[in-house]
Amino acid sequence: MRVDGRGLIDRSQPVTFKFDGRSVTGYKGDTVASALLGKGVRLMARSFKYHRPRGVLTAGSEEPNALLEVGQGAAMTPNTRATVQEIYSGLTVQSQNRIGPLDRDLLSINDALWPFLSAGFYYKTFMWPRAFWEKLYEPVIRRAAGLGRITRDASPERHEKAFAFCDVLVIGGGPAGLMAALTAAKGGADVILAEETPELGGRLLSDGQEIDGTPAAYWVEDIVKELQATGRVRVMTRTTVTGAYDDGSYGALERVARHVAPADDLPPECFWRIRARQAVLAAGAHERPIAFPMNDRPGIMLAGAVRTYLNRYGVSPGRNVTIFATNDDAHRTAVELMDAGVKVAAVIDSRTGVTAKGDYRLIEGGQVIGTKGRQGLRQITYRAGSRTDTLITDCLAMSGGWNPAVHLTCHLGARPVWDADAKMFLPAPGAVPGLTPAGSCNGAMSTAACLSEGLEAGKAALAALGRPAPQGVSLPEAEDDPGRTQALWYVEGKGRAWLDFANDVTTKDVKLAAAEGYASVEHMKRYTTQGMAPDQGKSSNINALALLADSTGRGIPETGTTTYRPPFIPVTMGAMGAFAEGHGFAPERRTTSDAAARGRGAPMIEAGLWFRPSYFPAPGETTWREACDREVAMVRNAVGVVDVSTLGKIDIQGPDAGAFLDFVYTNMFSTLKVGRARYGLMLREDGHVMDDGTTARLGDHHYVMTTTTAAAGQVMAHLEFVAQGLRPDLDVRIISATEQWAQFSVAGPLSRELLNGVLDQPIDDESFPFMACGAVKVHGVTGRLFRISFSGEHAYEIAVPARYGDALYRDLVARAEALGGGAYGMEALNVLRIEKGFITHSEIHGRVTAHDIGMQRMLSQKKDFVGKAAAARPGLLEPGRERLVGLRPVEAEGRLTAGARLFKEGDPHKRVLDQGYVTSVGYSPTLGHMIGLGFLRHGPECEGQEIVMVDHLRKVKTRVQVVNPVFFDPDGGRARG
Amino acid sequence: MAELMAKSPAHGLTPVAVGGVTLSEAPMRPVWAVMPWRGKGAALSRALEQAHGLGFPEPGAMITSGQLGIAWSGLDQAFLMGVEPDAALAEHAALTDQSDAWTQLVLEGAAVRDVLARWVPVDLSPAACPPGSARRSLVGHMSALILHPGGDRFEVLVFRSMAGTAVHELTRAMRAVAAREAL
Repeated sequence: MRVDGRGLIDRSQPVTFKFDGRSVTGYKGDTVASALLGKGVRLMARSFKYHRPRGVLTAGSEEPNALLEVGQGAAMTPNTRATVQEIYSGLTVQSQNRIGPLDRDLLSINDALWPFLSAGFYYKTFMWPRAFWEKLYEPVIRRAAGLGRITRDASPERHEKAFAFCDVLVIGGGPAGLMAALTAAKGGADVILAEETPELGGRLLSDGQEIDGTPAAYWVEDIVKELQATGRVRVMTRTTVTGAYDDGSYGALERVARHVAPADDLPPECFWRIRARQAVLAAGAHERPIAFPMNDRPGIMLAGAVRTYLNRYGVSPGRNVTIFATNDDAHRTAVELMDAGVKVAAVIDSRTGVTAKGDYRLIEGGQVIGTKGRQGLRQITYRAGSRTDTLITDCLAMSGGWNPAVHLTCHLGARPVWDADAKMFLPAPGAVPGLTPAGSCNGAMSTAACLSEGLEAGKAALAALGRPAPQGVSLPEAEDDPGRTQALWYVEGKGRAWLDFANDVTTKDVKLAAAEGYASVEHMKRYTTQGMAPDQGKSSNINALALLADSTGRGIPETGTTTYRPPFIPVTMGAMGAFAEGHGFAPERRTTSDAAARGRGAPMIEAGLWFRPSYFPAPGETTWREACDREVAMVRNAVGVVDVSTLGKIDIQGPDAGAFLDFVYTNMFSTLKVGRARYGLMLREDGHVMDDGTTARLGDHHYVMTTTTAAAGQVMAHLEFVAQGLRPDLDVRIISATEQWAQFSVAGPLSRELLNGVLDQPIDDESFPFMACGAVKVHGVTGRLFRISFSGEHAYEIAVPARYGDALYRDLVARAEALGGGAYGMEALNVLRIEKGFITHSEIHGRVTAHDIGMQRMLSQKKDFVGKAAAARPGLLEPGRERLVGLRPVEAEGRLTAGARLFKEGDPHKRVLDQGYVTSVGYSPTLGHMIGLGFLRHGPECEGQEIVMVDHLRKVKTRVQVVNPVFFDPDGGRARG
Repeated sequence: MAELMAKSPAHGLTPVAVGGVTLSEAPMRPVWAVMPWRGKGAALSRALEQAHGLGFPEPGAMITSGQLGIAWSGLDQAFLMGVEPDAALAEHAALTDQSDAWTQLVLEGAAVRDVLARWVPVDLSPAACPPGSARRSLVGHMSALILHPGGDRFEVLVFRSMAGTAVHELTRAMRAVAAREAL
């Protein structure tokens, strides 16, 4: 119910949203939880396993019960905490984990079966028959127990990610955080102040208290103005710091637009990566529930949460509230409720010798031992001394004390330290380098202590930054009594007592785990599931380990905590993966001929990040094979044009450029004449082939290396490594020029005729023999020409600055068409090179040596080079290794497939008898049958033999003959012209 | 003789204006990598000064003079922009034409740092990245050279082939930042 005159909500702005299809009206500033409580709705969810009716336990992000599905269709987000989701007009939320309406969930039958559903029940129950687990048991269990649904479609939501930097990151905007931020900013530091809720203030907005003699909320307003006046503080509200990482890096989730209706371009969430030189953790504390029998009914919540609902939202969760406390702090709840005109039935305090702080009924030495009310609390039973009695009440505010939120201090591996006097785990000193805990996350439980620790932490951060403490920041006066607390983790009695509301774990489960030998806290967690789920045990971990400690006869520090890991709150995968949806997965690289190729209807295929044309369909062609066969014939008989700009081009210059190339290639380059190109092979340090390609010598001290498309980046990094790490003695400079040049292969018997149409100075065999290279003028533009061939034909590669690539490609293709040729794509390029036995990374896939590909002779004896020693290892030179061969079907129509295995004739097709594999295949229109390259034990020694190719996946079996890998023009006469 | 038409990398993709930020492509101009030979750094700097009025920049820095600029672009490497290098420089440095290898995207506007913060993992605040800075970093997955001449202007160089992705990604960030501002 609403309480007049309280709360920070805007009562002039009613907001209507839908909960389970029903319209509910709250006010601007409400969360779903506060709006529902304002309307007297206590039932908000069903529990994980037993489907028990549940309401809110908390008023913050640690909420274990009130998890909802927010939004519609594929944009629905499950497991959203009602205590965090702000309402807006048009918001749609549904309760989850139910069959039928929330108040008549059919799965509540599980609750009657509770004696059977103990910890580990399905490990014990669903053992047999084994096959039933996957098909039957697991789906049924998953349907019956769980949280929200997941949508099957990709979410249309577009989150974002961003980076931020600061001198001091202050985590939490309560009293400690505000003082730390103010101190740091006034000391000249750039500050990011991250606050999880929409407003700065923390508990100051939740508790009715005074600072410097004025209501705390006014003090907060003044401080916020002061922060703004410094011009150094970036306040990030609705932002939760989710993790602490190395070197002052922090992750944070900002709920940018979860509080307004979705709109185009507006990211719902942003995942921040913040780099901070110093940090102050002012994350506060989480109040502890008490595990008393039947403590889970809607209406039973934390005492601090009741004050938050009252003071922040102007809502009382009940009309007649009872408080069950172990500490002085919770008595405030009674006082504040009564001040607001809400009836307090009683305060039941587990301690004796306590004095009431107001005019309410105090039951000393009392414990709640039972509750009633099917869908909401109606009555409680308590025991005080030998007396047992009942109370009619609709809200029970409980408090077992407070747990410092030490989570972030543990993210780099530190464990929290038990303070036996305060009965709490505290951050280990120096747990996260550069991070200073302050306030109640550090065990300071009075407002005055929080303010003071915040001030000191701000000063400490400044000192670490080498800045003096600022003038004019004084410590305000505030309540300085943290009160007394008695430890009470659980209450013995009849009925289940919940520890972990989110996972339906009771005291009985933890005792069972201990009895069955799961005495380690990590084992207990996994056996009972306590501390898992979206809340990660924020309200249950300490109680559970205290009970485990008692059950195993050990102390709390000996029992220890489970491991706190990031993220501190649930983070949607969409926020973490923001920007990587769809085309954002990787950059797309387009050649200068991309538009022309697409314009000709070429289907594009991806080669690394590049897009390249697969083939160019001609009128009347219905399959890719027809186009490919035509393009191959075109190159063999006339002339074809293909964009080869994607190949890596690396400029290598310097007095020692030749010596450098001699060291990275297996063969010699220092002896190459200026104006000539040479094929080169390079090895990794382990002696296996890294890459191959041609390198041209453009000047005495200037080479340009060509790499394969696939290995361009790897080779560039390798060259840098060699230059910087292995041969710093060589004076050589390296830079990629891949993107500078648009380069096209012009291949076929008519290639020179075509080129002489675009070159300002015509060429002939004498001026431009095979493997020549040099500068040329192309329609007046300075370019480069290389007479090299990957097709086996008389061919050239012509390069111009990339700005002219589109124009030159269109010109070359038009001229080729006039000569009976045209553009060709990757399919034809592949067939042409297989016909010639030229290798690609299908063959040099990382596990082959020069010996394996028949290039052992390219390993120079005259010099040292990378990989030389390793390549000489005996095992890498055995004739019995799988070595490169050509393969042709025995019957002309026989089919070859890449990836198929090779077997001796007559052998069973078993792995142990495997002789090798096929790497590349294609249909050769030149030869009229399929051809392939592959690796076969003893390879070249088997030439002429018939063997069997078996593709177990595609169910293909073909008799093949082992042949030389060069199928066409073995003496190379066509390319030399 | 036929003439080859020149096309800039982001031809047809820019300009884009969203909120207070504009994204455009700078006109193509000469960009040359200048990489001093071993031990020739000081001599190169003097030769550069003599030929073009610009010394060799310190790591992370860019020096400008009128329409010319030279920006640090990596270990022992700088990009000389706006002019073809004087032939005399070849004595002291390796020179490689990079004029066509990069698209030079220009982002301008009050929210430009917010836009770049979506993609660039280095601190571009005025304190950390003063006028005359050059940063070798990333724009998302793309390798980039980011130049800050001053004010609210940043020049982002990414490989020519990725111009489409770069424009798309920066535009998305511009839209998101504008939508946030309208919140």
